[in-house]
Amino acid sequence: MTSAPAGRPAPLHLAVALDGAGWHPAAWREADAQPQRLFTAGYWTGLAEHAERGLLDFLTIEDGLDLQSDDRLVADSRLDRVRGRLDAVLIAARAAPVTRHIGFVPTAITTHTEPFHVSKAIATLDYVSAGRAGIRVQVGVRAGPAAHFGRREIAPLQADRLADPDMQRLIADHFDEAADYVEVLRRLWDSWEDDAEIRDVATGRFIDRNKLHYIDFEGRWFSVKGPSITPRPPQGQPVVAALGHASVPFQLIARSADIGFVTPRDAAHAAEIVAEIRAEQASAGRAGEVVHVFGDLAVFLDQSESAAAARKQRLDERAGAEYRSDALVYTGTAAGLADLLADWQAAGLAGFRLRPAALPHDLTYVCERLVPELQRRGLFRTGYEARTLRGLLGLGRPANRYAAA
Amino acid sequence: MTKQIHLAAHFPGVNNTTVWSDPAAGSHIEFDSFRQFAQTAERGKFDFLFLAEGLRLREQNGLIYDLDVVGRPDTFTILAALAAVTEHVGLTGTINSTFNEPYEVARQFATLDHLSGGRAAWNVVTSWDAFTGENFRRGGYLAQGDRYERARTFLATANELWDSWHGDEILADAGTGRFLATASPGAFRHRDAFFDIEGHFNVPRSPQGRPVIFQAGDSDEGRDFAAASADAIFSRYSTLAAGQAFYADVKGRLPRFGRTRGDLLILPAATFVLGDTDAEAAEIAREVRRAQVSPQTALMFIEQLWNTELPGFDVDGPLPGFDPVVSDNLISKGRASVRQFAKDPVALAAEWRARAEAGNLSAREVVIEVTGRQSFIGSAETIATTIDELVQADAADGYILVPHITPGGLTPFVDQVVPLLQERGVFRADYSGATLRDHLGLDPLASLRRPGEAATARAAS
Repeated sequence: MTSAPAGRPAPLHLAVALDGAGWHPAAWREADAQPQRLFTAGYWTGLAEHAERGLLDFLTIEDGLDLQSDDRLVADSRLDRVRGRLDAVLIAARAAPVTRHIGFVPTAITTHTEPFHVSKAIATLDYVSAGRAGIRVQVGVRAGPAAHFGRREIAPLQADRLADPDMQRLIADHFDEAADYVEVLRRLWDSWEDDAEIRDVATGRFIDRNKLHYIDFEGRWFSVKGPSITPRPPQGQPVVAALGHASVPFQLIARSADIGFVTPRDAAHAAEIVAEIRAEQASAGRAGEVVHVFGDLAVFLDQSESAAAARKQRLDERAGAEYRSDALVYTGTAAGLADLLADWQAAGLAGFRLRPAALPHDLTYVCERLVPELQRRGLFRTGYEARTLRGLLGLGRPANRYAAA
Repeated sequence: MTKQIHLAAHFPGVNNTTVWSDPAAGSHIEFDSFRQFAQTAERGKFDFLFLAEGLRLREQNGLIYDLDVVGRPDTFTILAALAAVTEHVGLTGTINSTFNEPYEVARQFATLDHLSGGRAAWNVVTSWDAFTGENFRRGGYLAQGDRYERARTFLATANELWDSWHGDEILADAGTGRFLATASPGAFRHRDAFFDIEGHFNVPRSPQGRPVIFQAGDSDEGRDFAAASADAIFSRYSTLAAGQAFYADVKGRLPRFGRTRGDLLILPAATFVLGDTDAEAAEIAREVRRAQVSPQTALMFIEQLWNTELPGFDVDGPLPGFDPVVSDNLISKGRASVRQFAKDPVALAAEWRARAEAGNLSAREVVIEVTGRQSFIGSAETIATTIDELVQADAADGYILVPHITPGGLTPFVDQVVPLLQERGVFRADYSGATLRDHLGLDPLASLRRPGEAATARAAS
């Protein structure tokens, strides 16, 4: 872990969550928005470069296997919202070579994709970024994507009876599958030992095949033989993240992830969530491993609280509804946000994933106002201190599970 | 009319064409190798870069095959990263239609096309083996006879997904608040024996509309598949006679599918060895072939054809005196060459023995002769002349060059042969268009039309 000066808290970690024109549904209508460029490489590389100038740890990229919808579970047919998106892993791969320090954590949907493909995709992202790759795993509970794949019947979640036992079982199954999926990703990343490539001209061997390993995973949803076709990535294990709002996803975070994104209402709630994740971690036998808990916040930032509130109100009026989020919505100044982050950090959070309400405005405020404010308080780096994402997060390079001790 | 030549660069593959033992050979996995290779191809004004794929590491005698380069990146991810460090060169990826689903693959190619400004291409390959299937949810259920049918319907489905957006859906008009012109764009519904899917595709129409489609199959079914639906075919026939025969056969199939000769390019894979003189090139070529077939590699090839382990076999002595073991159970798994061997192993072994006898060759020397795939050997002038003549004689529309050294193997060709082709006026001096379709001289897609609109007839000419 990064050591902190005596008497001061450890620096906190900051990530930005990128999604379309921003998280507010009317963000694309702002004067500084670029709605015509959402499907171009330049839009995304520009945001990545911007976030890197702010010294952020990493950026996440939202994804989905259907059109966006204002409803969490059902498709809508609105004309006034951003619809359509590019594959998040490929956006990350396109932006990685034009940056040098910032990490990339694109989203992959575990329910419909192949862990073998995604494992080598993230390993390759780690190669093209020289050790800055991660993945955020997300379950796909909507009916639309299941019909797009047609591979399996998935009972739809029903919003009005989520607490019923059959719905709870369905949710648990989704997350159990995600845990199996992460297990396969991790085994495949380790399926080549670091020194497997030998190029031994005398014996004609390019690899020492004893240092490649079948993973022989067999689970309820899939079996994967291995080894990967891609050698072990530079970080050994790219960073795995997941978002959770309740006990079942907290278990996934505790069992499988390096970072959990959570949505506390306040500092006390943050402390409760951290305690629950730590307890799950211990029961999963991972008490000694670092699992960073990040607080997610939607942010509307401006020069003054009143300016921020006025901007949010303008956006809400354009959207025709008050902005609602699973995360706390912060509206105010960078200094006020810095107070909140410090308060929540004291409750046990290692860092924060900020969801800019509108791009580039709120990203600019994060990089040019919030970051200097945190730096003044000794709470944020003043330069990139490591070459890899694991390094920035204070995670060591892990030993290979298959390597002989 | 003088034909313009198309040139592409195949990143050296995981087979014994690639010489990893050469001191100049670099990494096969670090991004810098891919960057250098792609930038060299772009400096040479090549049409595109080509990446192969294999979804399970090859095995022989139940063990991971260790004599060739092993390990490669994810195709989509590396191509998206290469889009960042190149501006013009096309990005062609081989993607399997058996161990993927149309919605996801269509999304990934549409994304790659957006992120590269219209430079994406898909080499559609098929597979049915349970061996590879062990890495996937789907497993290895596909019957061999179904593989082209699945590939055909997979591609048809992907086309429907790409065509589900027409290009005019996004208004992004901040003033009126209309992001979309029509609600719920990208509607599709597809039902057949392989896919039963419906809903909305979520990637807006990409610069090329669809990626350029490549096909590499050589069987009768494979040729029909290419003639019906591919923009370019990646063939094995780089010599004059075999090239002309293949060219005439495949182009001759086009009218049956309502297409004309210009709709499908024939691009054989070709290796090359350059020297200052033809004699020097021939000498280098001999050295390269020996490096490509180490004693251990020679033994592996013999064991593949004889389909049995040969412990203690001396490759500097004669070939085995007995016939190959004929069995459906092959000792070698996960490589395409085995299918060639397995067609009639006894006859092929007899042919190898006859060569050995005629040339007084050792077992290794026979393998060097029969597996050496060197298409163009000579001075730059000789190679430029040969390629031009082959293309003008309709043995090909151009070549996909396969260097044997990573990543620098393409450099001498770009430095020495390309300028000669440019002087002859048969190869571009610079890129004139933005997209890969432009580079290949393919017409814009006829599919940019609304449902219900009459199809534009392209078959008439």
